Amino acid sequence: MKKVLSGNSAAAYGSMLVRAEVISAYPITPQTKIVEKIADLIANGEFKTEFVKVESEHSAMAAAVSASLVGARTFTATSAQGLLLMHEILHWASASRTPIVMVNINRGLAPPWSVWADQTDSIAQRDTGWMQFYCESCQEVLDTMIQLYKVAEDKDVLLPAMLSEDAFLLSHTSEIVDIPDQEKVDDFLGTFDPEYKLDVNRPMSFGSLSMPHQYYYEFRYKIAEAMENAKNKIIEVERDFEKVFGRSYGGFLDLYRCDGADIVLVAAGSMSSTIRIAVDEMRDKGHKVGLARLRVFRPFPVEEFKKLAKDVKIIGVLDRSFCFGYEGAFFTEIKSALYNMDDRPLVKGYVVGIGGRDVTLDVIFEIIDDCMKTTDTKEESFKWIGLKG
Amino acid sequence: MPDDHEINYNSYKELPPSPIATGSSLVFKTGGWRTMRPIIDLEKCKKCGICWKYCPDVSIIIVEDLPKVDLDYCKGCGICANECPFDAIVMVEEESI
Ligand code: SF4
Ligand code: SF4
Repeated sequence: MKKVLSGNSAAAYGSMLVRAEVISAYPITPQTKIVEKIADLIANGEFKTEFVKVESEHSAMAAAVSASLVGARTFTATSAQGLLLMHEILHWASASRTPIVMVNINRGLAPPWSVWADQTDSIAQRDTGWMQFYCESCQEVLDTMIQLYKVAEDKDVLLPAMLSEDAFLLSHTSEIVDIPDQEKVDDFLGTFDPEYKLDVNRPMSFGSLSMPHQYYYEFRYKIAEAMENAKNKIIEVERDFEKVFGRSYGGFLDLYRCDGADIVLVAAGSMSSTIRIAVDEMRDKGHKVGLARLRVFRPFPVEEFKKLAKDVKIIGVLDRSFCFGYEGAFFTEIKSALYNMDDRPLVKGYVVGIGGRDVTLDVIFEIIDDCMKTTDTKEESFKWIGLKG
Repeated sequence: MPDDHEINYNSYKELPPSPIATGSSLVFKTGGWRTMRPIIDLEKCKKCGICWKYCPDVSIIIVEDLPKVDLDYCKGCGICANECPFDAIVMVEEESI
């Protein structure tokens, strides 16, 4: 069935399609419509789920962790300040190995107040042990929700996953979305039935103490190992998803016209659509430019970047976030992934779109131009594009 | 998984995915942390149940209408003594008992 859905509504329909059994969420702009849409679907009898009204995002995530520990498929959604308030419990979720799926609407952090697209909120959760996916279209939001539960609930993974959409640019943009048949989704996902769960008939305590000489160290290693396992699982699920639903998003890196490219831009989220247009125009003029859309930030696609880097002269990395005191996170991590290669390309970093500043075609052309003008391949550069001043 | 108090693992591979204690508080009697013990004077008690309601550790149990402290889990926080409107509960140092 096809429907015109916004990125927010696609997330709400996604939660219904995966048959989320518990949803605990607190409304925040621009995520509010997800919560409202879920409430509509429940009110009109389409969606049977336990919706927990909570007093804060900290509580939303705490309720989600508890629900997941009981063995319920759990969903939540937030944005910006709300995600930051969840931060403590994000660590609880991953270390409790609860495969919660959360949609985060990427929004600028205050002050000054901003409700517009900026990825600093999710980048700041990089080390929480959550998988991180960035989407470009409403269809991808819906499809990725289905994929994420499959990856997250795998017994060799059992990690929570965050799906990010740029504020308004995706959350409030409506597109035609193909909603897959419920039976197909049911078959694809199966049910969530963890081996260890909160059960009154088999009482256990979760999240207990571990002394330094006991197993804390090993439990952390197991999270690291689960992230590694997730790499194969993400690829496998993407392949299976394509077989069943006929759509695919390239797994970790969504490569667009990278064949034979000298310059490849890397970006995540909605600006990728603008870059595709810029790439087409450059290709029409005979310039070998491509796009590698970063779809998965955790686990980080080191091998995929190494493969891409083999045949490329310059990688231009666009960060819609900034790590104060250093540089954009994608830029730093891509460089680090390529460091041990014998013949690595030059990697250049660009900060764009902070606080929702439009990333226009002109911005993209300026970056491509900057890459093309580079002659000294030993030079490293990092710039804030379009700064007033 | 056996219901043992502590299980020793030789390899991280044998561990469950996350830190889990079997048996829960049925095994771990957390009352051992207590330094002060609430003593209820049943002569003064009016069976209002306020102590039962306020105890954060569910350690006031009502037996035949009367409050009784469950010493297996009472942490000695003193909230019950503070809340009792009839001063029927006093806190006494464990070591003096
Ligand atoms: S001292 Fe605290 S824990 Fe013990 S019974 Fe009173 S209220 Fe409960
Ligand atoms: S609060 Fe005081 S009077 Fe009321 S039941 Fe408890 S001990 Fe008795």
